[in-house]
Amino acid sequence: MSGWRLRLAFFVALLAAWEALYRLNLWPSYVFPSVSSVGASLVNGFGDGTYPLAIAVSLRRILIGYGLSLTIGIPLGLLLGRVKFVQDTLGSIVLGLQALPSICWLPLALLWFGLSERAILFVVVMGAVLSVTLSTADGVHNTPPLYLRAARTMGARGLMLYTRVILPAALPAIISGMKLGWSFAWRSLMAGELLYVSLGLGQLLTMGRELNDMAQVISVMFVIVAIGLSVDRALFSPIERRVRERWGLQHAA
Amino acid sequence: MKLELRSVSKTFLSRRGDIRALQDISLNVAAGEFVCLLGPSGCGKSTLLNLIAGLERPDAGEVRVDGRAVAGPGRDRVVIFQEAALFPWLNVQDNVAFGLAAAGAPKSEQRDKAKQYLRLVRLGSFRRAFTHELSGGMKQRVALARALALEPQVLLMDEPFAALDAQTRDSLHDELQDIWAQTGKTIIFVTHNVREALVLGERVLLMSARPGRIKREFKCELPRPRHIEDHALVDATRQVLDDLREEVLKAQQEEVERERLAA
Repeated sequence: MSGWRLRLAFFVALLAAWEALYRLNLWPSYVFPSVSSVGASLVNGFGDGTYPLAIAVSLRRILIGYGLSLTIGIPLGLLLGRVKFVQDTLGSIVLGLQALPSICWLPLALLWFGLSERAILFVVVMGAVLSVTLSTADGVHNTPPLYLRAARTMGARGLMLYTRVILPAALPAIISGMKLGWSFAWRSLMAGELLYVSLGLGQLLTMGRELNDMAQVISVMFVIVAIGLSVDRALFSPIERRVRERWGLQHAA
Repeated sequence: MKLELRSVSKTFLSRRGDIRALQDISLNVAAGEFVCLLGPSGCGKSTLLNLIAGLERPDAGEVRVDGRAVAGPGRDRVVIFQEAALFPWLNVQDNVAFGLAAAGAPKSEQRDKAKQYLRLVRLGSFRRAFTHELSGGMKQRVALARALALEPQVLLMDEPFAALDAQTRDSLHDELQDIWAQTGKTIIFVTHNVREALVLGERVLLMSARPGRIKREFKCELPRPRHIEDHALVDATRQVLDDLREEVLKAQQEEVERERLAA
């Protein structure tokens, strides 16, 4: 047994253990729900349209928030990696703010933007933008000097050097930053939605708690994991692998 | 295109003390000449090449190309490095066309020139390949095509074959001699390999280590195409090697001395 079979067997065993534990009746079902009730909750949620609606709302938010993060983060990173003045000034702020969990921005965001969509987008952007910026800056900063020398001796300079050499050379790092930024954005969004009621998957979690419906809470958690993971696996990993392979950073498997 | 170096010096500053990489170097290279700079590692031969390329500036003296002082890198003097330095995000053809694209040449010209020079280095069928699919020797041939596509007057080659296996290197020696004969470029070729210098160069300049100076000059007038195992070449090699050995020893003694002083 190897690879996916082993994994499948492991998960089946895990579910069986969960169900067995439930049947020992150690805890009331609103504390420790059964596998089947979580499954039923999933089916119901998709059946009556509440999950698809919540997913749509959350996805819309993350698309906007993540999109904004990239539009701000990548150019900022390009500046940060290349312009000494920006590095010495903004650079330290970016590094410092990176240490701040994005949900800490929520109180400020609520004061500035009120109970609005914009407040939550702000939290998402603050969560994702800095990691995108830092990775991009890193990539730019680590452009192999040899590429620059080769390009300069072939007559490339100024903006041309930037668009044709530095930017593509930094692409693997930029993609890593985008991937990291995505997972930060997703976490920030869930945290924001949890604390501040407004549709979306995070609110479904809060609702489940308020209704003592642990089956719903766990089934929504599954949905959140599934979305986060599938974007990572289906979108970023293949792109990252291809780029790293072509850039000679890793050998073809 | 004529190259002229007039009492060029270059010193690198470092925490361990200044390193006089080059001292008072004067050198003339005529158009179409094939000159090899030969010396032990650390003798400043790459620095000399970088000065001619315009990638570095001399502290004193000047470098002139056709009478004009070199102010920076230029497409008339393209460098080929030890690592091919191909851009992995471009396929072979686009790599070769890079300089033309940077200069804003029309697409059709980029394509035609790239094809032409890839054929010259016998890689016409690899136009669509990516760099990670090429062997070391193929990469260097692409780098050569990429430099030639700019149709520079001068090729500056910085130990371009040093990282290749012996067979590949030998065949590239043949190829480079052919290309030189066909195109009449001025070539300055840096190497620490005596035989390589004698196979390729018309003139071999032996450099001494710290401070880097041109110690001796050998003319090599053996008939072409030359091969690394030719008898005449082996004899010439011995003579140069004796001179070089002195330099290597001197460089080593200096290292020992520096270590002793630092301790």
